[in-house]
Amino acid sequence: MTTAVPLSWYLILSAILFGLGVAGFVFRRNIITVFMSIELMLNAVNLSFVAFSYQLRQTDGHIYTFFVMVVAAAEAAVGLAIILTVFKNRATLEIDEVSDLKN
Amino acid sequence: MDIFLFILFASIAVFCAVNVVVQTHPITSALSLVGVMGALAVLYLLLGAEFIAAAQIVVYAGAIMVLFVFVIMLLNAGGEAKSAGRSQMVRWLGIPLFTIFIGLLSYIVQRSVPAGPGVSFGQFTGGTPRDVGRLLFTQYLLPFEATSVLVLIAILGAVVLARKEIE
Repeated sequence: MTTAVPLSWYLILSAILFGLGVAGFVFRRNIITVFMSIELMLNAVNLSFVAFSYQLRQTDGHIYTFFVMVVAAAEAAVGLAIILTVFKNRATLEIDEVSDLKN
Repeated sequence: MDIFLFILFASIAVFCAVNVVVQTHPITSALSLVGVMGALAVLYLLLGAEFIAAAQIVVYAGAIMVLFVFVIMLLNAGGEAKSAGRSQMVRWLGIPLFTIFIGLLSYIVQRSVPAGPGVSFGQFTGGTPRDVGRLLFTQYLLPFEATSVLVLIAILGAVVLARKEIE
């Protein structure tokens, strides 16, 4: 006996995860934690893609999820290299102290 | 059974996501993020996306998060200092307002999504590696090749950035 889960529950879960990612992105001040919040948002979007893919009975959403994963991997590699460079030059991980582009 | 699994793993995902945002130490956040990704992989399986679930575990929880943990340990990142200069209003109003926002969003989503038969495990079997691979190498061949170039550029960029000293 299986009970079906409404599709909207998946979308609501996706929205909650995305909102938490935005909150982390805005309120945290450690560069690495901010970066992890971005990954959280990407994961939330992936869940939406897969849920819609199920609803439409098409595999295309899975392909988009796959591409998002590839982009996330590339972004993580470059972003962490940037974090390493920032830390090497400034010895800090606080985003408030890295403000050369401000004004 | 479906609804039980969904509620179990959705609550694990939300709990771990809250932990990612709330914890002050980056390594705790990283491990919580691994929890989110594992729970999401189970939800992908429930949605019939077998290949994506495996890729989620291998690529996200395996490769990307190891990179994160590696950098955190390399930089010996400690906990965040207590937030100074941030108004108390943010602290007390943030959580209730966030909850209200999520509630409104859930209401809108609930209203706007048509009530279909719902998601039950095994109803959609188009997410096997065979289906994904066939689509990836026929219809989406050009984007696939473009991502390979993107990854190559990212590798080169990471190498150049990590070894160059900026004065």
